[in-house]
Formats: sequence, structure tokens, C-alpha cells
Amino acid sequence: MAKEKGNSKVTIYPDWCKGCGICVAFCPAKVIELDGQGKARVVREEDCIHCGFCELHCPDFAIVVTEIERCPK
Amino acid sequence: MSEVIGNHIIHKYLRHNKKFPHVLCPGCGHGIALGALIRSVHCLGLEKDDVVIVAGIGCSGRLAVYVDFNTVHTTHGRALTFATGIKMAKPHLKVICLMGDGDALSIGGNHLIHAARRNIGITALVLNNNIYGMTGGQCSPTTPHGSFSMTSPYGQLEKGFDVAELARAAGANFVARGTSFHAQQLDKLLIQALQHPGFSMVEVVSPCHTQYGRKNKFKGAVDMYKWLKKSATPVERYAELDETGQKDRFPIGVFVDNDAPGLEEQYYALKEKMRGRKS
Repeated sequence: MAKEKGNSKVTIYPDWCKGCGICVAFCPAKVIELDGQGKARVVREEDCIHCGFCELHCPDFAIVVTEIERCPK
Repeated sequence: MSEVIGNHIIHKYLRHNKKFPHVLCPGCGHGIALGALIRSVHCLGLEKDDVVIVAGIGCSGRLAVYVDFNTVHTTHGRALTFATGIKMAKPHLKVICLMGDGDALSIGGNHLIHAARRNIGITALVLNNNIYGMTGGQCSPTTPHGSFSMTSPYGQLEKGFDVAELARAAGANFVARGTSFHAQQLDKLLIQALQHPGFSMVEVVSPCHTQYGRKNKFKGAVDMYKWLKKSATPVERYAELDETGQKDRFPIGVFVDNDAPGLEEQYYALKEKMRGRKS
């Protein structure tokens, strides 16, 4: 499940986020922080290890973690 | 279930014409439980039209509004009775009951034990948040002894129900307990529960920080999830602990796992038998 760093994209839908802070508190790589409006925001996307915790534990279904598709060299 | 199936799957099962985000408080565990339910239905490859969600009244009752299955929003405590009717009339449907702790144990307490006794093929999800959240934080049958609520300002004097033990004693086929924090385990428990014949009950310990947490020294949603992380113990490890170790913990996992045929199976088998005898 856990993959290499820098291969994942974390998308947060700000309209659906209620700012409960679960993703911020439990993210093992501290990828997400609360911004001035009290909503979750991605700050260190390159550190994401794609554990999927935020995606599974967002009560408002506001976070989606996907793999970055790279062009084959 | 090898890969993480996340929110892009859940969005396919939501009714996007309803108002989102949903009405539940920020950080409410009910949303996570709904996500786990949708993921398990998706993992089993069930059609949307083959799933019926029957919900009662309360915070958990609101969940049925948001999912794109066949949904019934019923009267308080009577979700299981409506579900019994649906299952007996259309036994090929997967009937899932979404109930809160007040819904399942106080107002509909009799229906729960009798559905378990009958062993009818319903999957009951009891979202246990230890309080009546929607009506203002009155103590419910599962409020633990000594904890505070709006109607027990000096501490609850009554003992709380152990939902899993109750269902086991009443004769349910599959009894399990999960929490909102252990979402992946909850997925697996729900998949097992949906595949079982007969009555299967999954209790989901889902924290209510708005009504329960603020009266019991939990500062917010995150504190309640940390408490779940600390106190929820796998059932095998819980059995090894001594009494002092068990005091602040509760077991999670599968408690009962039987394969007895459900009531509707027996009924339709009897019907076939009687028809065969006539002709």
C-alpha cells in the first residue's frame, strides 16, 4: 500500500471539507495542514507515501489520493 | 481487497442532486461508516438496484438520503421491522439497516432482539455514538457508566448495553464490532457481514464529539479518534488482558460467526416443498 514518495497526488475539494482536522492530525507524513479559513490544504505533496489514511477517514469524502501518471521516457 | 479503494469510488454511489457536504457535524464518524459501507458494497460487486438501505431516525437516519441505492427512511426504532417486510417479500435483495444506538436499543430494542432470534437475512449496522446526538445530548442506553451527558450532569448511574453481547445472546448469525477509526477493518467486517446468511450485526463505535465529547473531556473530533485508537483492542488480545488492562478498553473484531440458514431461506424452501406435495 505504502509507495515511494513523490508519486501521489492529493486532491481536496474545498467545498466539501468541513475542517474537522482528522487528516491533519493523523497524516504520517504531515502532508496536509489547515489554512486560515479552517479548511484542509495540501502543503507537502512530495512527502505523501500514499497510505490512503486521509482518503478512508475523511467523513465528508472530500479527499482523493491518486497516482501521478508520468509520460514513459 | 489488495488496493486502496477510495473516495473516487464513493462518489459514484452518492446522490449528487442532494445538498453536499452532508448535514453531519465536522469529524462525525458516521460519514466514515457510510464510506465503509459503500466500499464494501462495491467490493462485493452488488448492483445499486439490488441493495436496500433502511434507516431509522437520528443522525444515522440521515445517511440513507445520500446514497444512490433503494432507500427507505422509516419511523423511529422501526427500521428492522420495515426491513423484515422487505426481505420476506423480496429475498434476493440485500437489505441493510442503518440504525443509531437509540434507534436500535431503546426505541427499537425489541425489534433488534427478535430480528436476531428469527435469524432473518438482514445486515444491521448499529452506529453507536453513546448518546442521542440529534436531540441535544440526552443519555442513551449505551452511555457508559459514570460518563456525563446533558441529562446526567453528575455522571450516568445506569450501566450501558454491550450491543455485541446482546446480539450474540439473542442468537444472531454474525456479530462484529468495528470503529470509525479502523476503517479498513470495518470494510472487511462489512464484507463478511453482507456475505453471511441470516441476521448479521455490525456495531460501529462512531464518536460524537459535539454532544458526547464536549461533556467528557474530549476537546474535539481528533481527541475522540485518538481515544478510539488507544482503547479499541483486537478481540484475541483483549481476552489475554487481565481485569485492570480491560478496564479502559473494548474489544473489536468478529464475535460470532455461524452459517445457519436465514428465516427467508427456510420459508421459501418450505413453500417449494408444500407446492411439490400438492401436485
